[in-house]
Amino acid sequence: MLKEKYADRIQAILAKYPPDRKRSAVMSLLYIAQEEYGWVNQQGIDEVAEICDLDPTQVNSIAGFYTMYSEKPKGKYWLHVCVDLACALSGADEFYENLKAYLEADVDGNSKDGLFTIEHAMCLGACDRAPMMQCNFHFHENLDLEKAKALIEQWRANEAKK
Amino acid sequence: MNIIYREVDIPNIRELDVYVKNGGYQALKKALSMPRADVINEVKASNLRGRGGAGFPAGVKWSFIPQDNPINYLTVNADESETGTFKDRQIMENNPHQLIEGALICAYAIKAAAVYIYIRGEYWDVAAGLEKAIADAEAAGYFGRKNTTPVPADPKGNKPKYLGLNQDGMSAIIESEYFACRVFVHLGAGAYICGEESALLESLEGKMGQPRVRPPFPANKGGGLYSEPTVVNNVETLANVPFIIANGAAEYKKMGTEQSTGTKVFCLSGHVNKPGNYELEFGKYTLRDLIYTYGGGIRGGRQIKGILPSGGSGPVIRVNGNDDPILDTPLTYEDMAKTGSILGSASIIIMDETVDMAWVASKVIHFFHHESCGKCTPCREGTYWLTKVTDRILAGEAKDSDIDLIHNVANNMKGVTLCALGEFAANPILFTIKHYPEDFKQHTTAAGKLPAPAAGD
Repeated sequence: MLKEKYADRIQAILAKYPPDRKRSAVMSLLYIAQEEYGWVNQQGIDEVAEICDLDPTQVNSIAGFYTMYSEKPKGKYWLHVCVDLACALSGADEFYENLKAYLEADVDGNSKDGLFTIEHAMCLGACDRAPMMQCNFHFHENLDLEKAKALIEQWRANEAKK
Repeated sequence: MNIIYREVDIPNIRELDVYVKNGGYQALKKALSMPRADVINEVKASNLRGRGGAGFPAGVKWSFIPQDNPINYLTVNADESETGTFKDRQIMENNPHQLIEGALICAYAIKAAAVYIYIRGEYWDVAAGLEKAIADAEAAGYFGRKNTTPVPADPKGNKPKYLGLNQDGMSAIIESEYFACRVFVHLGAGAYICGEESALLESLEGKMGQPRVRPPFPANKGGGLYSEPTVVNNVETLANVPFIIANGAAEYKKMGTEQSTGTKVFCLSGHVNKPGNYELEFGKYTLRDLIYTYGGGIRGGRQIKGILPSGGSGPVIRVNGNDDPILDTPLTYEDMAKTGSILGSASIIIMDETVDMAWVASKVIHFFHHESCGKCTPCREGTYWLTKVTDRILAGEAKDSDIDLIHNVANNMKGVTLCALGEFAANPILFTIKHYPEDFKQHTTAAGKLPAPAAGD
């Protein structure tokens, strides 16, 4: 249960908003649910709803509206490649397609080994460092295909060691 | 001159001790000794205009907040998501205390009970750095629980109210004679629309980020965060405030022009050799200076074809090669308006002669289609429809009449939506067609390439 496992973090989040405005915590709590379960599943939705005194349907609408919550299982390494205009002027479309091919990703962007999910993203605020991507929302910038492949292999090696 | 990107001259200014050694938090101290109205008047006199894109005078915005209302809020718009914009990220990464100090000066002036910095979810790492900076400054007593600077009560003797903690560590509204205002970071979760102020407030309240019907406006009772009067200011706007309070509006106005005072960060991206953020004094430099002196010129020595001066949402400026006099336009709000475009957030995307403007239009409309919140029908359906038509154009399957269709659809999106996104989505496609008809013409034919359906189908 999130409520017990993350009690301190949840209290700190709730303390940021007025006492009668628990609903404001819903976005931060959904991140905790996603961290715990790997994606935003029904269990997570129900628990977040209980903490914020909301109906699960209301929490579902939040999870569905915002792109950073995954409503289905995904790879442990979630990659977002920016292919928006500024990055595309520096070859981001081609970079994305090549990286996707390298990962042998299916139509949903899941790699053959199941470790990665690759998606394209709208502007990520790194237009001067294109092509770029985020992995689990951490920046990796000034990339080319070779540098990206090296990152992928490094993450694969880290997993193999575990 | 860097008054925002001070890390250029002072390494490690992101650290509290370095910031304080270089005059940090002195402007806040000064503000707390001034009557609130004087702080607002100083910012008004500086003519500091909102740096998020709309250019509305910040001091005027602050003056809309009713001083006799017991609880007001300040929300900082750090949801930087416009295509080609990456200026606020650099402020928060490299000079976070200046943003915090500027926000607190505003919080004092408008009697805010709390400051919320709404930062886009993709800036996860940036938010972590910002939270550390806030914790450092609060622990040092510049604001919040440890602060011992008395602030004036209102004429009726009521002490200011703040969002604080009770004995159990739970949130509570507290009264204090000291400046006990606190600063919180609220992480978004991926939605461009939350940069629109009323959608931002919805999101902060834990709802879908969809714009509100106005009036009431955020500064009005009933229109702001939790229905309380609220100022929403961009990161760069607030980062200007400490300089104005420390040095005075007169000193600030020595930089820039009458209508565009101070400095501006220009986010330069696209086909230039040295893309990046450049902070320049308003009016002293031209587009050409930005592109050549700072941006290192066009890649491969090619010719410029077009400029998007305000990310995806402003009209494109047609440039006929590197000698075009339009490149001598000074970088100010008023001069950029004369080109038929806008300065907006100054997210300047440079496109060279190799670019197909029909492809640009398609890229931008796909962005707005993805980011439309779905509340207003013209925007939701219009952006969807336009992506279909631009896809058809790029696939070589469009008819000449599809250009008229684009005009019809786009013009029916303008001025009929709750927020500006519908307008922003229509602009880039209408202006690329206006300025580069030849780029569209090459993709279309009278009948389209697909055979017409047989009769009876």
